[in-house]
Amino acid sequence: MIKDITIGQYFPGKSPIHRMDPRVKILLTAAFIVMLFISNSLWGLLVGAAFTLITFLISRIPLKLMFKSLKPIIPIIIFTGILNLFFIKSGEPYFKWKVFQITDEGVSTAVFMAVRIICLIIGSSLLTYTTSPIDLTDAIERLLSPLKKIKVPVHELAMMMTIALRFIPTLIEETDKIMSAQKARGADMETGSIMKRAKALIPILVPLFVSSFRRAEELALAMECRCYHGGEGRTRMKQLHLSAVDGAAVCYMLAFFAGVIALNIIL
Amino acid sequence: MAVIKTENLTYIYGEGTPFEKRAVDDVSLEIGEGEMIGVIGHTGSGKSTLIQHFNGLLKPSSGSVYIDGEKLWEDKARLRAIRFKVGLVFQYPEYQLFEETCYKDIAFGPKNMGLSDAEIDERIKETAKMVGLSPELLDKSPFELSGGQKRRVAIAGVMAMRPKVLILDEPASGLDPKGREYILGMLKDYHTATKSTVMIVSHSMEDVARYADRILVMNKAKLYCLEETEKVFSRSEELMSMGLSVPQITRVFARLKEMGIEFNKDVYTTPYAVKLLLERLGQKEGLA
Repeated sequence: MIKDITIGQYFPGKSPIHRMDPRVKILLTAAFIVMLFISNSLWGLLVGAAFTLITFLISRIPLKLMFKSLKPIIPIIIFTGILNLFFIKSGEPYFKWKVFQITDEGVSTAVFMAVRIICLIIGSSLLTYTTSPIDLTDAIERLLSPLKKIKVPVHELAMMMTIALRFIPTLIEETDKIMSAQKARGADMETGSIMKRAKALIPILVPLFVSSFRRAEELALAMECRCYHGGEGRTRMKQLHLSAVDGAAVCYMLAFFAGVIALNIIL
Repeated sequence: MAVIKTENLTYIYGEGTPFEKRAVDDVSLEIGEGEMIGVIGHTGSGKSTLIQHFNGLLKPSSGSVYIDGEKLWEDKARLRAIRFKVGLVFQYPEYQLFEETCYKDIAFGPKNMGLSDAEIDERIKETAKMVGLSPELLDKSPFELSGGQKRRVAIAGVMAMRPKVLILDEPASGLDPKGREYILGMLKDYHTATKSTVMIVSHSMEDVARYADRILVMNKAKLYCLEETEKVFSRSEELMSMGLSVPQITRVFARLKEMGIEFNKDVYTTPYAVKLLLERLGQKEGLA
């Protein structure tokens, strides 16, 4: 059950998107988000949606995963949709009943927002689907490195992120194991009042905390044994290089971006 | 009647995903009351998955499990009662201790059963004695104890539920030889004293050979055999071809056989080997 979490899941592949430099990928994702937000007409947004879909197809990630990544935000989409439908009072009303009314502007805004949120989620989950967590944190470290000048511990932050990501599956597995063990002793986590259920978490959380601290200590020791002393003078095994794919990706992005701006001006 | 019975039990991890794996494949077996069973198999052979079916922690993908004649998963509300009947001790159980004192930790299971305080107290004192924890340790925090002591507290926590069947996954792993000996001897005593069914999953053939009446061998998700200890170790070549070892003494006797010194019995424990050898030496030299 908890093993089904897909946050930050990476699907190895060889598509052009996979081969891109992670730094470029992060920057283009940021550009993509900007693109979605500056497009002020439905047509401009459709260009953004087309971009999302085409990019997804290029990445050769199964379409099933696209829907899976949308699943947790369905309530948000419905909620904003309803708000927009009922609370936008301007425009031609289609339907009126007491204080409730649905106007054409309400409908178009509702659709507009929904499409925007969906594109946003799919586009950004594509980043984590096609980039391994290590590459991602590497790229973040490199992108943020100018901040080192103002004494921001960029390397340390990136290392912390890498370690946190690395331990998510381990902790999930550990939680599963502890839960099974306590269930074997008759722990009941599914029934009872909220208080009772909260109390039932103690036998799981205490061992989980204890083992996390133990793990952290062991890891720190192992890192020190290998002379880890922070980011200074540290070289990398895997160097990040820009390649032709990245150039192509930037051009591809620019084309769509220009399209959106053009539509904004025309309409 | 069999305490544990499975019929065509199959379990598939991640069914319907690209990571699908058949962990237990078509296993049918019967285990009688009061037996001491050793479970052996290579890493990933499905032994841990198999035992988690016996107390309803895992739901079979197909096939069925019967405990005491009762079919599991017919009525989900009965599963908790089944878990009190079949006590399961996981590998490294000391990592699941959580209470302030050992006493409270051992009481966790019995409390979940809804027993009276007096009954719980009696059970804790009894099991503490059985696993060799002195009374003053009971008031200490489990985190202050040594590794071996923690393990005994964790095992006591399951024993205190007085299950009809006690299943332990690698109860002696990670302990020094003295600790191993202690835990296994303690389990044997528990078995004799309570006459309950005990199943021990282990990598060590020596341990299993010494204590088990019957041995269950798992190989590549399938039940390879469930037979009397001597019969299983008489097939030592087959075990070794599966990547399992046999007790060292059995290997010594296999070599002796190759060298032309044949014994008509299969040997899998050292004391028995000593006895046989002494008899043979006595015969040869004509000493009585």
